[in-house]
Amino acid sequence: MKKIKKMNKTTKSNFITYLMVIVIYLAVQAMSMTGNLSSLMKGLLIPLCAYVILAVSLNLTVGILGELSLGHAGFMCVGAFSSAFFSKCMVDVIPSSGLRFFLAILLGTAMAGLFGFLIGIPVLRLKGDYLAIVTLAFGEIIKNIMNLLFIGKDSAGFHFSTKDSMSLGLKEGGTVIINGPQGITGTPRDSTFTIGVILILITLFIVLNLINSRSGRAIMAIRDNRIAAESVGIDITKYKLMAFSISAALAGSAGVLYAHNLATLNAQPKNFGYNMSIMILVFVVLGGIGNIRGSIIAAIVLTLLPELLRGLNDYRMLIYAVVLIVMMLFNWSPKAIEWRKRIMVKIRPGKKKDEKEAA
Amino acid sequence: MKKMKKALSIVMTAALTMSLAVGCGSKDAGGSSTGDAETIKIGGIGPLTGGAAIYGQDVKGGAEIAVQEINEAGGINGYQVELNFQDDEHDAEKAVNAYNNLKDWGMQALLGTVTSAPCIAVGEVAYEDNMFLLTPSGTAVDCVKYDNAFRVCFSDPTQGVESAKYIGDNGLASKVAVIYDNSDVYSSGIYEAFAKEAENQDFEIVSTATFTGESNTDFSVQIQKAKDAGAELVFLPFYYSQAALVLQQAAGMGYSPIFFGCDGMDGILGVEGFEAELANNLMFLSPFTPTAEDPKVQDFVKKFEEEYGHTPNQFAADAYDGIYAIKAAMEEADIKPDASSSDVCDAMKEAIVKIEIEGVTAKSLTWDASGEPSKEPMVVKIADGDYAVVE
Repeated sequence: MKKIKKMNKTTKSNFITYLMVIVIYLAVQAMSMTGNLSSLMKGLLIPLCAYVILAVSLNLTVGILGELSLGHAGFMCVGAFSSAFFSKCMVDVIPSSGLRFFLAILLGTAMAGLFGFLIGIPVLRLKGDYLAIVTLAFGEIIKNIMNLLFIGKDSAGFHFSTKDSMSLGLKEGGTVIINGPQGITGTPRDSTFTIGVILILITLFIVLNLINSRSGRAIMAIRDNRIAAESVGIDITKYKLMAFSISAALAGSAGVLYAHNLATLNAQPKNFGYNMSIMILVFVVLGGIGNIRGSIIAAIVLTLLPELLRGLNDYRMLIYAVVLIVMMLFNWSPKAIEWRKRIMVKIRPGKKKDEKEAA
Repeated sequence: MKKMKKALSIVMTAALTMSLAVGCGSKDAGGSSTGDAETIKIGGIGPLTGGAAIYGQDVKGGAEIAVQEINEAGGINGYQVELNFQDDEHDAEKAVNAYNNLKDWGMQALLGTVTSAPCIAVGEVAYEDNMFLLTPSGTAVDCVKYDNAFRVCFSDPTQGVESAKYIGDNGLASKVAVIYDNSDVYSSGIYEAFAKEAENQDFEIVSTATFTGESNTDFSVQIQKAKDAGAELVFLPFYYSQAALVLQQAAGMGYSPIFFGCDGMDGILGVEGFEAELANNLMFLSPFTPTAEDPKVQDFVKKFEEEYGHTPNQFAADAYDGIYAIKAAMEEADIKPDASSSDVCDAMKEAIVKIEIEGVTAKSLTWDASGEPSKEPMVVKIADGDYAVVE
């Protein structure tokens, strides 16, 4: 107990974040064991993990690096397609699903990181709105390329085409792996909730440690004042690229999780287009820019909400939008913040002093 | 700031706990309903919102009319039928969520999903759960790859092959152009089968042009390409809303070949502002035409128009037949409301290959174990501003 008190504030806050994930995991596992978890919730667990990872990773770009990125779904798409491609090819070669999925995660993450690095080189020369628009364009490009790509495999090796699956010229017995707009079908469903939670914890570990490291402070210095950061000798390009690529790589790992949860994978505006990018941004903004724990909670709540509103039928999406607006107002409007503070003071007057000291 | 964050986390955690509790609550309700309820529960999944909503809504409408009729006539095996239709937004992930939701509700058989990609994803989960699945309109080959999955419509390759055969056998043209949507599974699936079969037929594909779902309003480039190649027939394997634009723009360019479409072409005369005479000489393969003289079709069209205010398309008809197929198979297998979905699936897999129904999409509709229906495709030709079946 003494140890916890002695910890500095950041360590304590990080500790709470890890603990929260683990507690939720254990609670869900316990409910699942005792048969108290509905099929709907069971089906949602893996997507929830993917969205949490996406929200946390985007928070690294938006909150810590301070650049608005609207192409996050593109990196998820790269991770999803590269890993699903790998798994589909290797399904007969590596029979152990654990090992195969482990390699798929590594590959998906690495590919997304590589794309993040390559795209980051030109994109990070821009600032603010310009950067947002260019990342949006890159996200769309990635999605459209995936829709054009035809890759097949036969005894002679791999065949590529951007026209249609017939021009691949596959021999007898060859299979089309990526079939253009139809994407990849028959990905082995290797994702599990436990792996998802482990990935969340790894993501948190990377992001939280990065924030509190020397590099993290350099990144935040760039965010707060670029000129001042440059004047003390911080390599702007290096640190920006570092944050951006790590963020992309983590989004890729979420994509791997997503791809191995569904038997079909095709790049549509809905799952890998700007709709998804903006959805992730909404998680980050609602949870608080730069607030990692908030991102986790916002991702969970906003993913669950439309599913739990299924009872309302046609009004579902309308209510979802209204609830989203109300939550935004409650969390971030200055008046609401003031009101909540007053209420909190009334409930726990003793804490007020600590707060002042802390501030 | 700190305090506020704390408050926020408390609120959010509370919301989360509540949502978990809500999730459990619905499970309990679902659990008990499979035990002692008095209704047979059929689930439906399709896009009710978003870009593909028109298909999902028609399927829902067609299925609802069938369920209503069945209930008025005394239900299945003497039990009333309940239909629960869930939205999937034409998204694989949402479709699986909808499926899980229906499972909690106590679904015994599934009519769905409406669109292909979500259907493949749901099919995978349904196979693991051993849930009977009958898709009204999932045309992709993989939709019915497992033994628990069946479909009412024709598959994409069947439509492509049948179209090519019809054009070849009847000598409609020697030079054929194709325009298709390469971002759409349905359209590219038909095109590929069509192009393969075309090699065996004595006509030649002289031009192939594509468009995508995001650029489907201006077709002048594609039409010009077909015109320059001297095509006498243009094959349009996509949906009627875009096909109407192609026909209008071709007329504007003074190009009037024979146009040939697939079942998605059905409904073209209902497009607002579309001049019916443009569609003269348009032919398409379709299992269903709302103007057919069959009293069964007339009755269905009348009911649908009264209920929803527009003419049903083939999606609605497929769903209508789908519900009747489920009914026939359930009667064959003698399904009771208390049967678990897995038992229902085992029994219905056996039963559906034995039944034969007279539906609105075919005079005689039967299935084999592969999941494909066997029914005759009809070719419909538009003449004098109305649909007419070509024998």
